[in-house]
Amino acid sequence: MVELYFMDARSKLIDIAAFMDRVERSGETGDYRYREFVKALAALDAPDRAEGVLNLLSDPSEGPLEQAGAGPAVGAYNKD
Amino acid sequence: MRYIEPHAHMVSRTMDDYQAMAMAGCRAICEPAFWAGFDRSSVAGFYDYFCQLTEHEPKRAARYHIAHYSWICINPKEAEDPQFAREVINIIPEFLKQENVLGVGEIGLNKNSKNEAAIFEEQVQLALDHNQLILIHTPHLEDKFKGTKLTIDMLRQFGDIDPGRVMIDHVEEHTIKMVLDAGFWGGITLYPESKCTPPRAVDMLERYGDSNRLWMNSACDWGVSDPLALPKAILELRKRGFDEATIDRFVYQNPVKFMQQSGIRFLPDA
Ligand SMILES: [Zn+2]
Repeated sequence: MVELYFMDARSKLIDIAAFMDRVERSGETGDYRYREFVKALAALDAPDRAEGVLNLLSDPSEGPLEQAGAGPAVGAYNKD
Repeated sequence: MRYIEPHAHMVSRTMDDYQAMAMAGCRAICEPAFWAGFDRSSVAGFYDYFCQLTEHEPKRAARYHIAHYSWICINPKEAEDPQFAREVINIIPEFLKQENVLGVGEIGLNKNSKNEAAIFEEQVQLALDHNQLILIHTPHLEDKFKGTKLTIDMLRQFGDIDPGRVMIDHVEEHTIKMVLDAGFWGGITLYPESKCTPPRAVDMLERYGDSNRLWMNSACDWGVSDPLALPKAILELRKRGFDEATIDRFVYQNPVKFMQQSGIRFLPDA
């Protein structure tokens, strides 16, 4: 597996690092999507990481909404 | 290698895509009714779309010797106006009788709203009343986990539903287990950015492929998407050491097994 995927994963890891640098330089670290992104990194410390990241970026509420929210899904849920 | 594309929105694609898919080994395409990228303004707009799916698109596919089947429904994005949605539902039964229609789909939730849930339940009932298979779309991104849970909870309220006749599509690592544990089929969608990559799809097949209730699809549509995502996933399966018989089960026999439950003539050479 390492032979097969290391270079690809290495490249994506550097992309994540560069993305975080870029957001920091642009002063957008307060954006809830970025804050949730940083929180989701915590899932990398335990097994089932992909599932963990997806869960941390998900809407944790239960029951249907009164009305569909405007606009498309954005990939993170503002938990603050 | 032969394969079936069980979920593709070909009305948004060109003949070049049909040609490329045929050359890659595609034998059949199944096309669910979905959102056109904008809301339709009338029931007649849906009627024309259903005719396009059941009459026109099979002819385009046939030019490359690909069989074409469709699923009919009103999609969740246009279910926020329940009265309009019900008018559309009224015209669906006449299409369900056609010999190239697999069932009701892709129904489901999009933003997990009450109106979406109501129209979803009415279309599940429609499918049961007409003895049809059901294809379910699960919401995108942050809405998927909650939407998948709500969907399964709603399906459980129907006492007479056979989970083996229901496909819950667009599963990911955080939803696949709840879908399979409840006895439903699961679809893994290979779609850039918002869904699953080939390596992740293979991870899921490694862990859950023995259920024999999984398929992969590209869900290619009018967005940035890849009609050849499935043959690329086949290459990934080979890289990961799967033998040809197992790959054939994932990309051909499993979808055939599900689709043949529809009662229509679906690729009898399987
Ligand atoms: Zn779709």
